[in-house]
Amino acid sequence: MARVLVGVKRVIDYAVKIRVKPDKSGVVTDGVKHSMNPFDEIAVEEAVRMKEKKIASEIIAVSCGPAQSQETLRTALAMGVDRGIHVEIAAGDLNTIQPIHISKILAKLAADEKADIVIVGKQAIDDDSNQTAQMTAAYLDCPQGTFASKVEVNGKELTVTREIDGGLETVKVQLPAVLSADLRLNEPRYATLPNIMKAKKKPIKKVTPKDLGVDVSPRIEIVSVEDPPVRQAGAIIPDVDTLYILKW
Amino acid sequence: MSQRSKVIELYKTLLHLGKDYPQGADFFRTRLKRAFLKNKDVTDAEQIKKLIGHGEYVVKELEALYMLKKYRTLKRRYETDILPNLETKIEKTVSSKP
Repeated sequence: MARVLVGVKRVIDYAVKIRVKPDKSGVVTDGVKHSMNPFDEIAVEEAVRMKEKKIASEIIAVSCGPAQSQETLRTALAMGVDRGIHVEIAAGDLNTIQPIHISKILAKLAADEKADIVIVGKQAIDDDSNQTAQMTAAYLDCPQGTFASKVEVNGKELTVTREIDGGLETVKVQLPAVLSADLRLNEPRYATLPNIMKAKKKPIKKVTPKDLGVDVSPRIEIVSVEDPPVRQAGAIIPDVDTLYILKW
Repeated sequence: MSQRSKVIELYKTLLHLGKDYPQGADFFRTRLKRAFLKNKDVTDAEQIKKLIGHGEYVVKELEALYMLKKYRTLKRRYETDILPNLETKIEKTVSSKP
């Protein structure tokens, strides 16, 4: 049976209106509702379903972030993950930590935990990087099935249906492999109250990037964070003929 | 589980779910409380069972509502390639008025 590692990220809740700090150094995160990245929820759900089908023996969730990332891990545990690993990132590094650092951490943990399948969301809804799965696969030197909309396991092989522009692509990958979940992979379950309570008893291990031998010193400098330009108001024109004239 | 604890658990579950309610947790809580208080004098076991059943139905509906809302938001955010392009095209045409 396979061991599954899932990556979960704590992001600003999808329903929250994002506000940019006046000094353009980032977005306002204080006192703002956070939750698990929706694509990671889909990844967790897929792992839990694998366990329910007796394909997976153990599911480990990893979250890299501040102390509050433990809440996100709890949600994953409430959904059916067995245990969590919290990689604590110092407050100073939070804004400059990049997918490259995360993928090094994930690759190291996947190797340590002897994970056969690594599942992450295709991208996080805060930075929209869409790089972690690909780079993790590169560091692990193993195949990848990104943008998965369907995953079938047969022995040591995965059949992954991928969402690509204008259609679907089906690939076969050998385990160990890295998967990234697309929106239509499954419908994540809701973490119910009793399960959240039960999840409090599940273990969460706390490590730092230093323990894992990963250097998280910034590789980028954030120059400016700005609001997207506001949508211009439309104009009402009397009839189609006018539109036709305007067009030419 | 006794019927009493079933009702309490249902209330707690709904209260928990209400935290994510689109119109706010307070909006949900007042209505939830009102709904439960309305039936506080019901003593018939069969009737209570029916009411619990209705509560569980509401729980399922809420979970479905949240899931759908999230799915639709993400779909709108990440998968609208054709429509926005069309929109901006029309906008450009209109704003580039000669």
